[in-house]
Amino acid sequence: MITRRHLLQTASAGAAVAAGGLRFSDVAEAASAADRLTPGVPAGVASYVQMGTLPGKKPLIQLADRPPNYEAPLEYLRTPITPNDEFFVRYHLSDIPEVKIDTYKIALGGEGANGATELTLDDLKKMPAAEVVAVNQCSGNRRGLSKPHVPGVEWGYGAMGCAHWKGARLKDVLDKVGLKKEAVEIFFAGADGPAVDKTPDFVKSIPVWKATDENTLVAYEMNGQPLPHWNGFPARIVVPGWTGTYWMKHVTEIKAFTKPLQDFWMNPAYRIPVGKFPVRDRFISQETATTTPITEMVVNSLITSHRDGAKVQAGKVTVSGLAWDGGYGIRRVEVSTDDGKSWTSATLGQDLGRFAFRPWSYELSARRGKNTVMVNATNNIGQTQVSDLIFNGAGYHNNVMQSITLTA
Amino acid sequence: MRSLMLALATLLLASTAQAQEQEIKLKPGPGLDKVEANCQACHTLAYIPMNSPYLDGAAWQAEVSKMIKAYGAPIEDADAKAIVDYLKSHYGG
Repeated sequence: MITRRHLLQTASAGAAVAAGGLRFSDVAEAASAADRLTPGVPAGVASYVQMGTLPGKKPLIQLADRPPNYEAPLEYLRTPITPNDEFFVRYHLSDIPEVKIDTYKIALGGEGANGATELTLDDLKKMPAAEVVAVNQCSGNRRGLSKPHVPGVEWGYGAMGCAHWKGARLKDVLDKVGLKKEAVEIFFAGADGPAVDKTPDFVKSIPVWKATDENTLVAYEMNGQPLPHWNGFPARIVVPGWTGTYWMKHVTEIKAFTKPLQDFWMNPAYRIPVGKFPVRDRFISQETATTTPITEMVVNSLITSHRDGAKVQAGKVTVSGLAWDGGYGIRRVEVSTDDGKSWTSATLGQDLGRFAFRPWSYELSARRGKNTVMVNATNNIGQTQVSDLIFNGAGYHNNVMQSITLTA
Repeated sequence: MRSLMLALATLLLASTAQAQEQEIKLKPGPGLDKVEANCQACHTLAYIPMNSPYLDGAAWQAEVSKMIKAYGAPIEDADAKAIVDYLKSHYGG
């Protein structure tokens, strides 16, 4: 059904390298990748990192080419909608097939469903369409800023993006087979797989209540276009408010289970300590006495107009960025120029919905010398960012208030 | 300046192969051959410098064990020990 063709090698628009030669543009690009890293990621990243251009993408920060893990540089995060060719790429496993539309099917069923069937992409597109603007953020975004260091992909700020997703509602898809009342979880598998057979295939589940939420989609469009291959073509799960781990790409199986999924990717992977974070969405069927699956994103913000250490002109400087959370919506973004002693509200920009990036801006009166700009977002249920990292072994949910220095 | 020279040297090596395929030049030392023979069967060697120098010896041991036990990497015990020793010595805390 699916042609397993490895898409391991990356190509570049400016890829022609004379044999044995070194082009100045390559040197410039390597320097620019290191310059684009988030301050505070492990020093080793800068020793090898380059910008990498996957087919159909603009250059992204190439943390790893196999499996592909590419993050967006700050300048791709200046708009509330992230263009498809600037959207970050994250895979766990290296065998990534190019999915053929004419043979693509999603297997529906499972022991928690009343029946089984298959859906083609056309079947999905014939169903009532739903749309949502939602942030897709890797659970491990900012892992590289954990102190002490935690192992994994050492993401800086850019393992996130926000898109306008269109697809069929997952609840309508599940209605094709019907759920037994005992069903507790909906299972997803995608077309990508491991390099060696013994590596657990990447599979996930979400609770039935979240799967049947009207905003949870089986999406086939991203910003008005078919999904890019690297972001899950031809269809992926979209779970607004929740971290990217549940947003299964190249989805090929959707199944209902009456028992919790027991799998490496559900436990011990993607876990947070119970009670340590102020999250409301709980995944009870998976919870143990000590750990629980990561669910909704914590409230967060990012300055995207300037890098830490940037030079500015003295006088009026517009500092701007994005704020987001797990789907309650952003109420307020505040800026401090005195290390948190006093705060001034930033101006909020276009509201594209409670799951979207919320742009904000602030007019800084830059003095000669160093100016500190610190930012803190508050969501509609009153949650704010933290001053000190809530450390956890996987480096999740880092929403420490960002502070940068601008020199005039 | 030294890091720039290193970056240039790395690029020179990288640019002779596929333009943007990562070619990670790890530090020379005993066990490097085992690292190259085993680790990159499933993933780029970039994960090693990416996670350095902050992983300490015990953490590298845990990471190699995880690759074998959780991810099913088919690595012989003797190779696993050589890999851990190499990582501790060259990319440890």
